[in-house]
Amino acid sequence: MFNRKLRLGFLVLAVLISLTGCRPLSKNSLTLAGSTAFQPIVEMAASSYNLRHKKTLVNVQGGGSGTGISQVEEGAIDIGNSDVFASEKKGIKASQLKDHQIAVTGITPIVNPKTGVRNVSQKQLIGIFTGKIKNWRYLGGKNLKIIVINRSIGSGTRNNFEKWGLAGHRSMVAQEQSSTGTVCKIVGATPGTISYIAFPYISNKIQPLSINGVKPSKQNVKTNKWKIWAYEHMYTLKKNDKNTRAFLRYMMSNNVQQKIIPKLGYIPVSSMNFKRSENGTLSNSEGGRAKVDGSHTNGS
Amino acid sequence: MNNKSRPQFADMAFKIILYIIVSFVVFLLCGLLGYIIIGGVPYISWHFLTSGSNYVYAGGGIGIQLFNSIYLTVITLLISLPLSFGASIWLAEYAPDNWMTGLIRTSLEVLSSLPSIVVGLFGFLLFVIKFRLGFSILAGSLTLAFFNLPLLIRSTEIAIRNISENQMHAGLALGISRWEVVKNVIVPEASAEIITGIILSTGRILGETAALIYTAGQSASLIDFSNWNPLSITSPLCPLRPAETIAVHIWKINTEGTVSDAGKISAGSAVVLLFMVLFFDLAARYSINKRKKKTDAQLSKL
Amino acid sequence: MMDPIQTDLKKRSAASKSEKRGQCLTFLCIGISVLIIVALIFFITYKGLLLFLQDKVSILSFLSGISWDPNNGNFGALSMLLGSMIVTILAVFLAFPFSFGTAIFISEIKFSRGRNYLRLAIEMLIGIPAVVYGFVGISVVVPLLRVTMGGTGFGLLAGAIILAMMILPTISTLCVDAFKGVPEMYRYTSRALGATQWQTLRRIVLPIAKPRIVTAILFGMSQAFGEAVAIQMVIGNATLIPTHLMSPAATLTSVITIGMGDSVRGSIENDALWSLALLLLLISLLFNLFARFAMRKRN
Repeated sequence: MFNRKLRLGFLVLAVLISLTGCRPLSKNSLTLAGSTAFQPIVEMAASSYNLRHKKTLVNVQGGGSGTGISQVEEGAIDIGNSDVFASEKKGIKASQLKDHQIAVTGITPIVNPKTGVRNVSQKQLIGIFTGKIKNWRYLGGKNLKIIVINRSIGSGTRNNFEKWGLAGHRSMVAQEQSSTGTVCKIVGATPGTISYIAFPYISNKIQPLSINGVKPSKQNVKTNKWKIWAYEHMYTLKKNDKNTRAFLRYMMSNNVQQKIIPKLGYIPVSSMNFKRSENGTLSNSEGGRAKVDGSHTNGS
Repeated sequence: MNNKSRPQFADMAFKIILYIIVSFVVFLLCGLLGYIIIGGVPYISWHFLTSGSNYVYAGGGIGIQLFNSIYLTVITLLISLPLSFGASIWLAEYAPDNWMTGLIRTSLEVLSSLPSIVVGLFGFLLFVIKFRLGFSILAGSLTLAFFNLPLLIRSTEIAIRNISENQMHAGLALGISRWEVVKNVIVPEASAEIITGIILSTGRILGETAALIYTAGQSASLIDFSNWNPLSITSPLCPLRPAETIAVHIWKINTEGTVSDAGKISAGSAVVLLFMVLFFDLAARYSINKRKKKTDAQLSKL
Repeated sequence: MMDPIQTDLKKRSAASKSEKRGQCLTFLCIGISVLIIVALIFFITYKGLLLFLQDKVSILSFLSGISWDPNNGNFGALSMLLGSMIVTILAVFLAFPFSFGTAIFISEIKFSRGRNYLRLAIEMLIGIPAVVYGFVGISVVVPLLRVTMGGTGFGLLAGAIILAMMILPTISTLCVDAFKGVPEMYRYTSRALGATQWQTLRRIVLPIAKPRIVTAILFGMSQAFGEAVAIQMVIGNATLIPTHLMSPAATLTSVITIGMGDSVRGSIENDALWSLALLLLLISLLFNLFARFAMRKRN
């Protein structure tokens, strides 16, 4: 009996391995991977896209921005999702990739609600994250030690927060967490903690901080009054196929831009008043608007 | 105190300490299991167990993930059980006592301490990319099979070794080959312990997250439960479709999900996982007992 | 012409044929398993050495450096190495007495009702995913430590407690198996000679079961050493040299797990993470050799 089981096992193994020859996946399927923060939007868009285009199967995976960009560069996947510019990642030949900016998300510093502080200046914020200010008392709050919680090195949220929120200063070595969900849980439960998250994760358990009196709101991001925001990118190879282009067009259609993206708490790239380059130069975002107008026919 | 009662006193002390320790463990177990079960059971409903998940609105279920978890576990066991059975029999019965065997054992043990994400990335680079399997059940199962081999081999080997040598001697004296004795006498005799090992690894497969994120993927693609052709991509049986398991789902909605009832879903899912392990455990034990009774009955007839 | 009986005798018997077949089959299995393991070890070694061979980081600065900041070219792994070691040893110290006691209870104290339930509950614990342990850590252990010990609660001790809970089932199940390996006859003989249960256990059962108990501890240790998902939620992940029990620390696994997804394959940051994995592999090898050496010496 045992022998039979063994043989059956080997048989199944052989069948499974031979099945790999069929490759039912390669035909008409589109694989996206990368940023976990961006994933909910892509997943929702993909499932509604799948309903309309039965022939193509869109497959969305996470893995992190670094994974997404390097996979698309190697041609292992079709679209790499990222919340940082490809050229900001070391070891990537950004010239081979094409950048498609789909959405914008604001990032805000958050504190535990019991801290008693609601507004800081940018100078104070830098002081907190570089370790120069150690107690909330100096900022008008309670006599509580400041506990900094960082996102992990290489995380898009951290990169963007340091770049735009701390004016390029590096945060000191402190506790690190790998995900927004955990950061929210920790900040919500631990007095004296400060960290930073993307807008969609703001809840009543944590207190977002205003900087220089500007509130972290979508409206302030659109007008660039709130400086800490970032693009959600979709990277493809310069040479991409028809399926990929069709899906990217869909991502810019009204259905995604006006319905899905705002519903998830992000800001559609088409409603931004400004376009910002990687090094911070602002320009009026006519391109984005024109694109939306052009794709009206595409929407439902 | 006289000489005679000293050992008894020590025995008494030993038992008291033992009971204190065990009651603490029981307290801890009840606390932990109670915390998870009380936190999760209210969210379990037929709807929760069968409907598709939702990353945006509250009220999503875990139907597809539940199926994926079971299917992935089955395939992983199909791959790893024959290998680990053979390997552990070789280690227990045939292995020569030399440095090669020592090396094999050491490498097995070292492998079991690698964090699953490292094994996962190995599987990702090898299966997903090199063998072009894509994010798929097969890639995930192969990776998990790797990951589980050391534990399975080790526990099966111990189970086989625990059977008294006399059995083997009796068999050999009857002129039966070592292989036949192992196959027909020792393995059935050791089956209870072997099953314990298998359940341990089933638990590990069900609870694994880090290795699966990079191999089986983290999206529950649309599957059509009326399509049972394993070559079709929408079929639940297709081994080349991406599959998110319950554990990965818990991880995902808690780390980056914006869905408002993430806490409820993960609490409910954790209880489902717990009950699945319990179910596997009870089912395995039931079948062992039944078989044991059958063989006992046959023996008494002789 | 040979005698038919002679030819028959010279032919290999059915038993020897089946024996050969069994031997081949099992050897094939171990061969495949070893092949897989060799491939994995080779792969990790190759990836892990890239940092030193290709990116020219000195091994000494990797092992003794305190600062871990791959973006700025600082690759000191010492703080993580210490973090991993301390938290593992602490976890085993916390878990061992309890799992050992439980194992004795399950396998030695007969006629005790509930031991089957205990065993079942312990086996159920194994199926709980690491993420859930992590949440229990964040929502129960960490606040408890914060109230009683001060600080944030995240740190070495929180990590060790969660790890201890996770390895308790492993160690106790393996210990139960170790005790089961001691023939019942020895116990009866000892008890018949008038020894108490404690004496039987200490003088007869334990010495025989000892090598396997060492293995059980070793397994628990390697599980603790390799655990990543739960520990990174509670240990705080600060790449600082830990100064006391409550200080936030980082382990090799937590840094690998957190960093892998966000680093680009082939970049120096990614190579550095693989070097950490290699370090992890080497240390568990070291653990293993130590245990073997200790066991052999006793024998």
